[in-house]
Amino acid sequence: MPAIQLQWIDYTILVAYVAFVIGIGWALARYMKTSADFLTSARSIPTWVTGLAFISANLGALELVGMAASGAKYGISTAHFYWVGAIPAMIFLAVFMMPFYYGSKARSVPEYLKMRFDERVRALNSVAFAVMTIFASGISMNALAKLLHALLGWDYNFALFVSSGVVLLYVLKGGLTSAIYTEVLQFFMIVLGFAPVVYLGLKDVGGWHTMTTSLQTVATNPAAIYLKDPGTTYAANAWTSAWTPVFAGPANNPMGVDWFAMIFGLGFVLSFGYWCTNFLVVQRAMAAKNMTAARNTPLVAAVPKMFFPFLVIVPGMIAAALTTLPDKGYRIPPPVIAQANYDKAIADVKNANATDAVKIIGDDLGKKVDSGKILSLVADNAASKITDTQIQQGLYNSVAENDYDCVILSLVKKYCPAGLLGLALTALLASFMSGMAGNVTAFNTVFTYDIYQAYFAKGKSDAHYMWMGKVVTVVGIVLSIGAAYFASMYNNCMDIIQLVFGFVNAPLFATFLLGMFWKRTTATGAFLGLFGGIGSSALFHALTIAQGNTPGIKGGYLKVVSTFPSEMAQNFWLAAFAFIACFTLTLVISLATSRTKSDADLKGLVYSLTPKIVDNNAPIYQRPGVVGIVLLIVCIILNWIFW
Amino acid sequence: MGLDIRWPIGLMFTLIGVLLVGFGLAKGAESVSLGININLIWGAVLLVFGVLMLLGAAKGGKTPPEA
Repeated sequence: MPAIQLQWIDYTILVAYVAFVIGIGWALARYMKTSADFLTSARSIPTWVTGLAFISANLGALELVGMAASGAKYGISTAHFYWVGAIPAMIFLAVFMMPFYYGSKARSVPEYLKMRFDERVRALNSVAFAVMTIFASGISMNALAKLLHALLGWDYNFALFVSSGVVLLYVLKGGLTSAIYTEVLQFFMIVLGFAPVVYLGLKDVGGWHTMTTSLQTVATNPAAIYLKDPGTTYAANAWTSAWTPVFAGPANNPMGVDWFAMIFGLGFVLSFGYWCTNFLVVQRAMAAKNMTAARNTPLVAAVPKMFFPFLVIVPGMIAAALTTLPDKGYRIPPPVIAQANYDKAIADVKNANATDAVKIIGDDLGKKVDSGKILSLVADNAASKITDTQIQQGLYNSVAENDYDCVILSLVKKYCPAGLLGLALTALLASFMSGMAGNVTAFNTVFTYDIYQAYFAKGKSDAHYMWMGKVVTVVGIVLSIGAAYFASMYNNCMDIIQLVFGFVNAPLFATFLLGMFWKRTTATGAFLGLFGGIGSSALFHALTIAQGNTPGIKGGYLKVVSTFPSEMAQNFWLAAFAFIACFTLTLVISLATSRTKSDADLKGLVYSLTPKIVDNNAPIYQRPGVVGIVLLIVCIILNWIFW
Repeated sequence: MGLDIRWPIGLMFTLIGVLLVGFGLAKGAESVSLGININLIWGAVLLVFGVLMLLGAAKGGKTPPEA
């Protein structure tokens, strides 16, 4: 990753942001009187704030970095993660599920599960969620500290502790409301910080049309810029058309997925599983000031979400296009190579023996290299002595591997002068810290109410739970720091952990779907169905593999029964399989066991036993049903434009 | 809840806007990217945004809360 020099103005912007978020925490402290105020904001937040917080809690820095990376790797198809993988689920949550989350007066998602089913289901969900959210927080903090270290030369520990300290300060003082308010601030920072980068990138590449033309060159020969192995080729529209390459089959799109996996695996199971059940985002909707506000929250969030592809995915596409265009002086960054290795390679270029220059230089750099470029570099140097800096630049351009996670930062470095640079980097920093704050506030609520109050200390005073909430906040931050260190030391372990989280999430939506819409679902059915769903995820993973991977952590370690064209395809099919397994098990076991809750118990928790919400009093633009349909239409239009 | 979020947002972006505009004016040569003084222009945008937020916050205190 390129090292960036910051100037005083950049640091000033950074410090200003930090001062403001801590100040917000301090200003809110006096309103934190009850545990409800601290942990759930006591239903006091206006719709536009909860809406923006909803989307912001989800938009971590890893997503910013990851979407740009995917934009380069896959082109506009990446937008499926938004247009298929988010919008429909958000609308469903708003119109159909918020009435139960909000109307039940549950303080958390696990608490809803306790009301609907029983303590076993709550325990399973709350413990799994608590663990997952701490690890998510740690992963985020680890990535942040590594970034600050690589970019600005800050010591890893210093970066980690300072960022955690800032988050601790404002969350401890102002609770969930602090986290929500800073998430809104972060939203504006991201939009206003990255919009200029996108604008400048498009200007540099020559406009949208030139970008799409360049991407057609990329699609027909992705190997030229090291996106795929040599010999791979796609139709010209593979990077600029979202659906046609998917319908053409896994071999014909860079993601390697088929339409069924995309629509059912991603668009239904994974998407609804996250947006409709993950307490990190649902918590923000539950903090809204009334039922209409709560239902409108995901809809308000859906509006920017729909247009985010232009902010976060297009930079990746710009990067790919720029790399193809000559005379732009840009390439998708190669993996970071130590200066010592560059020095060795520079010496090799000078002493070069054309026959094995490529191998020697490749070995010294430790990466695959483009033989054509290496040979012409050696020839240039032999013909007229070029400077060491020019040789290093030539070597940089010859590395035949890409580090996609560096794309967004390389564009920031390229286009942002001092000042704007500070804004963009602060936006990135803001989203990391916000990710940690969001996870910690979700953790402290679930731990205090669904674990501590439910199983360890019932019937204490509210002041006691508020105190506990604060203690858990500190504990949550400390655990996140621990998780961050764990992530930094045991990369492979983190892969395993995230794999397990995938297993847990995949079947989840089946449980909620049956719970909310079928009164016959029993607690035993839900509990065993969920367990079975998790087990079937693990089983599916153990029996399948993606092309090109060796059996092991990537799957197929029991026996390879099925091979998928890509890891993404494997993942989507795993989700589909787990959902179906959980759904079937829950249904069958529910029919085989007797209900423990009567219709009266389930009033307000199940669709058929809850009075329908009549929105006639609200003006038409505030009715969730109407707004939902409008948003769906806009989403379909976007899909159509980029068909 | 007690604090209208538009105040801190407005204040922060007004401040950053002023900083960027100032830097863009004072160090025009260093603020140029692809031929545009981006600090000046974007700083002005942020300033306008910040001020609009502050105006919203100033007015917001007087409207009764929605039902």
